[in-house]
Amino acid sequence: MEEEALVGDAVMVSTLTTSLADVAASGATLRAFLHGLPGVDRVGADQRAAMLGTRSIKTTAKAKAIDLAISMVDLTTLEGADTAGKVRAMCIKALRPGSDAPKVAAVCVYPDLVAVAAEAVRGSGVKVASVATAFPSGRSSLEVKVSDTALAVAAGADEIDMVIDRGAFLSGDYMKIFEEIVAVKAACGAAHLKVILETGELSTYDNVRRASWLAMLAGADFIKTSTGKVSPAATLPVTLIMLEAVRDFRDATGRQVGVKPAGGIRTTKDAIKNLVLVNETAGDDWLTPEWFRLGASSLLNDLLMQRQKLATGRYAGPDYFTLD
Amino acid sequence: MAIFEYAPAPESTDVVDIKPSYGLFINGEFVDGSGPTFKTINPATEVPLAEIATATSDDVDRAVQAARKAFGVWSALPGAERAKYLFRIARIIQERARELAVLESLDNGKPIRESRDVDLPLVAAHFFYYAGWADKLEYAGFGTKALGVAGQVIPWNFPLLMLAWKIAPALACGNTVVLKPAETTPLTALWFADICRQADLPPGVVNIVTGAGDTGAAVVAHPDVNKVAFTGSTEVGRIIARTVAGTDKKLTLELGGKAANIVFEDAAIDQAVEGIVNGIFFNQGHVCCAGSRLLVQESIQDELLDSLKRRLGTLRVGDPLDKNTDVGAINSADQLAKIRELSEIGESEGALRWSPACELPERGFWFPPTIFTGVAQSHTIARDEIFGPVLSVLTFRTPAEAVEKANNTPYGLSAGIWTEKGSRILWMADKLRAGVVWANTFNKFDPASPFGGYKESGYGREGGLLGLEAYLDV
Repeated sequence: MEEEALVGDAVMVSTLTTSLADVAASGATLRAFLHGLPGVDRVGADQRAAMLGTRSIKTTAKAKAIDLAISMVDLTTLEGADTAGKVRAMCIKALRPGSDAPKVAAVCVYPDLVAVAAEAVRGSGVKVASVATAFPSGRSSLEVKVSDTALAVAAGADEIDMVIDRGAFLSGDYMKIFEEIVAVKAACGAAHLKVILETGELSTYDNVRRASWLAMLAGADFIKTSTGKVSPAATLPVTLIMLEAVRDFRDATGRQVGVKPAGGIRTTKDAIKNLVLVNETAGDDWLTPEWFRLGASSLLNDLLMQRQKLATGRYAGPDYFTLD
Repeated sequence: MAIFEYAPAPESTDVVDIKPSYGLFINGEFVDGSGPTFKTINPATEVPLAEIATATSDDVDRAVQAARKAFGVWSALPGAERAKYLFRIARIIQERARELAVLESLDNGKPIRESRDVDLPLVAAHFFYYAGWADKLEYAGFGTKALGVAGQVIPWNFPLLMLAWKIAPALACGNTVVLKPAETTPLTALWFADICRQADLPPGVVNIVTGAGDTGAAVVAHPDVNKVAFTGSTEVGRIIARTVAGTDKKLTLELGGKAANIVFEDAAIDQAVEGIVNGIFFNQGHVCCAGSRLLVQESIQDELLDSLKRRLGTLRVGDPLDKNTDVGAINSADQLAKIRELSEIGESEGALRWSPACELPERGFWFPPTIFTGVAQSHTIARDEIFGPVLSVLTFRTPAEAVEKANNTPYGLSAGIWTEKGSRILWMADKLRAGVVWANTFNKFDPASPFGGYKESGYGREGGLLGLEAYLDV
C-alpha cells in the first residue's frame, strides 16, 4: 500500500507517509508518537460540543439535514435473536424508508447474516456492513478475528466494522492493536474497514484521540465510536474529538478517513447535532454518506416522523411508521 | 454554496414591549428627567429603540435623597429580610430571562446566544449568591455596617450583568443605590427598575438615573454619596479617582485591560484555539478582561495560527438575534471608529492584518473578527486596549519570557495559561500580575469568584466574599 501511494503522488505526501510509516516501526516509537499528540482538555471539549449542540436548525436547513441524516444511517440490528426474516425485513425498510425519503447508507448485521442482507439489497447501492472480530468485546485470538472477517467478506460484506482490543489499549500494548488492524484490513480485501474504538471503555478523551490516530495509522477507512453494547456510546464530545482527528490526519497525510458515531443516537435532534459537529469541525468534505455515518436502529423512524412533520405540519402517530 | 447552510433562526422580539420613551426611576416611580432626551438605538440596524431621559444634577440629587431616605429602613432590616427581596429579584430575573436577553441583544448588539446562555444566567446567579450572604455578613469578616448610599456607574458591554455585579452586593450589605447605566445601553437597567417594583422592593432602595457622562459625574460628585463604584475606561476612572480624592467616599474601580492569553507548546491545541476565540471574540471583544494579546510559544506558532484561522472561518458574524450568530454588532459608531483607528495604526506600524472572509450587514456597526500577526510589545496594538474583535499575536520562547511579556503592560486585569503541565500553571499564576488568571479556559465567571485588577486596571474586588468588603464599613 505504502509503495503504491508513492507512485505519482506529490513529494510532500510521500515523505509524510513514509515518516508516519516509521511511527509503527516498534512499540516504543508508536507509543512515543501517540503520547506526543496534543492532549484534549475535557472541560473545553465538553463545552465546545455543548455549544455546538445549541445551534438552531430550522425550516429548510432542518429538511436538508433530515434527508442527509437518513442517507447516512447504517441501519443496524445486532441482537442474539436476529434471524434471516428479521434481517430481510430491515433491508426492505433500508431501501424504502418511507414515502420519498432517501435510502439509508448501509445495513449492519452479524457475519452469519451477511449473505441474507447482501441478497436483499443487491444492486440497490445500499451497502452491507458486518461487525466482525469477536464483536463486541474483541476477546479472541487474531486467527479467530481474521477468519470472522473473512467469513463476512466472503458472504458479500462491503464494509467490516471491527472492534479494537480495549484491554491491550489500556495496558499500553498499542502495537498489538496496530497489528490486528493491519491483519484485519488485509482480510477485508476490497471491503472498507471501520474500526470501532469503543470509547465508552477508553474512558479519557486523550485515549480517544490516541486510539483514533492508532486506527488511522494502521489503515482504517473509518473510525467508529462504539459497539452500541457499552454505555456511554457515541457522545458529542467523543465524536467531536474523532472529527478533529480525521481532519488533522488528512492535513498530515493527505488521506481522508470517515467517522461513524454509533449507539445512543435516537432522535432527529441527536442526528442534527452530529451533522452540526461535522459541519463546523471537519467541514463539507465529510458531509456525505461516503465519509460520515450514523450507526443506529430506532433513529430512522424518528427522522421519518420529523420529516413528515416538516412537510405536513402535523405529527402522525407511531403506527404510521413501520417497525421493522 | 456549503452543503449544510443554517437557515435564519431569529429569536422573536414579541416578548419585549418597548415603549416610545422612558424616564428616570427615582423613589420607586418613573419620573421625567430635566435634561434633554436622547435616543438609544439598535447597533445592528441603527434603528432607534426608545427616547431616554437625561438626569441633570438636580435629578441626581433627588435620586440620592431618595436613596438616603430609604437607607434608614433598608439597612435596619434583618439580613434575612433583605435576602428575601434579593431572592425574589433573582427569581423574577429567571422568569423574565428570555425577555431580558432579547432586550439586551437589541440594545447592545451582542448575540442572543450569549445574552441567553451567559449574561442572564450569571445575572440571576449573582443575585442568588449575594442574597445568600445578606444574613451571614457577620461571618464574612468585614463587619455588618453598611456604608450608606452607593453611586454606581456601569459600562455598555454587559449592561445587566454589570448592574447585577454592582447592585446585588450593595443591597445585600444594606446599602441603597443610585445607578447610572451607559447611555448606549440603558434599557435593561430600566427593565430592572420594573423588576424592583414587581419584587415590592421599598421605594428608594434602587434608583436608576440615565444620561451621559455629565450624569455619571453628578452621581460620583454628589456629596451625600458614601461609596462610588465604577466600571469602564481607565481614562474616566482617573477622573473619578480625582473627584473622589479628599472625600471620605469609598471607591472601587474596574477599568481596562490588555490581557495575555499564553499558549504553551504542550497545550491541548483544539481547546486552546477555542479559548483564544472565546477570549477575544466573545461579546465582539467588548470585554475588559478580553484575551487581546495572544502569546504563543514560538515552536507551535505556525500550527496554532493555522488552526486559529481555520476556526475563525467558521465564526458566524451577523444578526445578533439569530440564534446561530457567534459575533454580533459593535455597540456604537464611536466604538467602531476607535476599533478602526487602532487597527489602521496596527497596519501602519507594520503588523500583518488578517480576517476571514465574511459578509457584514450594510446597516449597523460591524467589524470583522481580525487578527494581527508579527506583533511586538512596542506596537500600539499590543499596548492600547482596543475593546473590539481584534487579536494581537506575539510569540515567546520560555516560560520566563511569557511572564515578562504578559506583565509588561500598564494593565493587569486577567491572563490565561494553556498548558497540560499543572506545575507550570501554578508557577505562572504566582508570577502573573493580573486579578484573574484562567488556566485552560478563558472568560469564565462565577459570582463566588472575586474579580478586579492590578495597576491601571483598577482596584477593589467585585464578586465573592471579597466583593462584600467594598460595601461594608470595615
